[in-house]
Amino acid sequence: MPASSTAPLALSVRGLRKAYADVVAVDALDLEVRTGECFGLLGPNGAGKTTTIEICEGLLSPDAGTVEILGMQWARDGNALRSRLGIQLQETLLSEKLTVAESVKLFRSFYPAGRSVDEVIGLVQLDEKRRARVGTLSGGQKQRLAVACALVGDPDLLFLDEPTTGLDPQSRRQLWDIIDKFRSEGGTTVLTTHYMDEAERLCDRVAIVDHGRVIALGTPRELISSLGAGHVIEFGVDGSREIDEAALLALAGVKSARLAGGSWALQVGAAHETIPVLLQTLEARGMPLTELRTHSPTLEDVFVTLTGRSLRDDA
Amino acid sequence: MTLDRSKRARNTTDNTPAIVELTLSRFREFYREPEAVFWVFIFPILLAGGLGIAFRNRPAEATHIAVARGATNSPIVDSLQNSTGIVVDVLDDTAAANALRTGKVALVVTPRADGSVEYRFDDARPESRTARMVVDRAVQRAGGQQDPVPVADTKVSERGSRYIDFVVPGLLGMNLMGSGIWGIGFAIVDARKKKLLKRLIATPMSKAEYLASFLFFRLSLLVVEVASLIGFGTLVFGVPLRGSLTQLAIICVLSSLAFGGLGLLIAARPRTIEGASGLMNLVMLPMWVFSGVFFSSGNFPKAAQPFIQALPLTAVNDALRANMLQGASWGTVGGELAIIVTWLVVCFTLALRLFRWR
Repeated sequence: MPASSTAPLALSVRGLRKAYADVVAVDALDLEVRTGECFGLLGPNGAGKTTTIEICEGLLSPDAGTVEILGMQWARDGNALRSRLGIQLQETLLSEKLTVAESVKLFRSFYPAGRSVDEVIGLVQLDEKRRARVGTLSGGQKQRLAVACALVGDPDLLFLDEPTTGLDPQSRRQLWDIIDKFRSEGGTTVLTTHYMDEAERLCDRVAIVDHGRVIALGTPRELISSLGAGHVIEFGVDGSREIDEAALLALAGVKSARLAGGSWALQVGAAHETIPVLLQTLEARGMPLTELRTHSPTLEDVFVTLTGRSLRDDA
Repeated sequence: MTLDRSKRARNTTDNTPAIVELTLSRFREFYREPEAVFWVFIFPILLAGGLGIAFRNRPAEATHIAVARGATNSPIVDSLQNSTGIVVDVLDDTAAANALRTGKVALVVTPRADGSVEYRFDDARPESRTARMVVDRAVQRAGGQQDPVPVADTKVSERGSRYIDFVVPGLLGMNLMGSGIWGIGFAIVDARKKKLLKRLIATPMSKAEYLASFLFFRLSLLVVEVASLIGFGTLVFGVPLRGSLTQLAIICVLSSLAFGGLGLLIAARPRTIEGASGLMNLVMLPMWVFSGVFFSSGNFPKAAQPFIQALPLTAVNDALRANMLQGASWGTVGGELAIIVTWLVVCFTLALRLFRWR
């Protein structure tokens, strides 16, 4: 269920800063995650998402700023906090010699209270692999096992760091279903991703992170509608680079124009108004179209508009 | 309305204590790795068996000598051929010189016309010096020499003084070191490299219980390791067990913990198996060489002894030998035990201070 804006905060981050030897990973970052919502940190690799989430998980200490989780703080309530969080790290390899059930049972033994091993294995649909060694699992199965180990302590707050990176589409959907189920039971989720479709599909609210700062915050719909564009038109012609940006911006309904990889992307109010004039203009210049696509604006377009870069450039 | 998660029933039963699950995981990771089982249990026994056979006590070997031809009619040839323990080849001068040079014979005897005898041999070869004594004695007796003092020989082969008796405690010490350092070191560095340590400290797991699970695992394996190697030595080669078994058990447990602490210290920082492996070799190589596994550490110069005696494996080997071969009192092994306990305390203290979980 979508969290109401009056729900108490599950996570509150203020003025977070973390610098490594030669680079500032997180810079004056603020976040608020409400109880019961699924919150996404969206950004390219190196944006500071993992550093932020690991500070929240108590694995890194910040250079400055405060983190309050479920009303507690790491310095004061570390042990109490750990038993209420479920964590999946970006890259953890569980012991390959143990079976699925043994791995979950091991993690269960760390928590004073939690779910039963069978229940969690059922939840991530690994029943048939109960007795299989971890080393024999596929990438998607390993990732679901990692989520099972995160869920077995019956957490109130679940941190997932790039849970579906590198997975095939079916495995991604299976993980999305698990996260949906957790949220439907009232659990709070914070996840990082550089997939826009994942953020749009899963998250109640999204913070777009770049260079260690939050550059946009809101529901996926709010962020997309902030562009004020009804459609995005992508087209390519022979000699795309010879077209002047100003000439495109002068066309009816065009709000922004950007050249990337030899084709232009136009954010427009309505595709059916702009496309005819665009075609006329190109014909008048003697430039035959090599491609033409339209799509509804996505979080990718939001990111591009805000940063001038594509999420995938660095991915 | 948000569900109130705090009111949901949480399962607090159906849970095994973490230390039990952690220790079980150590066992599972071990016995599901057949190679590890081989190196810990089978290899030391094969090594002890091989060494026991190679260095078994053989009856005294006959002394091979040559008598230069041209003197075949000399009575000395007959008396030498009749002496027990001397094998005589009669060769011409060139062949005799050749045989001496290539080590086929230890000594060349040339009887001279004036009745004197010439011995040709290399004074640097122990068997040649022995041959000279044996041959000279036979020659002098044949010449009529009498022993002024009558003697009687009683031959013994004392259990506890053979090479196999020396090497079995050494192999046991080496095995305790190897499995302590490798068994703990590699497992921890591997878990760090896989980011498993980082994942574990994100749970409420007690770090002390995690490290303790390695020690429980080591101590359980210890019983099997010690029993199989000592059992093999005792049953197959009759290696003595003269000391108290309680003392032996305490030496083994303290040694295993000390080497476990050393393994933990080595594994405190490295992020790669290669890095840890280099450190382990650096630590273990001097002990393989100096600590008296295959030959006595007393063979090294006196100036090096303080260093050698301070090595944990030297103390372990000395204590094991004192217990098994001499049936030593507590006072005798006290010094060694003190060295072992010092290593144990220092390694654990440093390891816990330096340990990196990420």
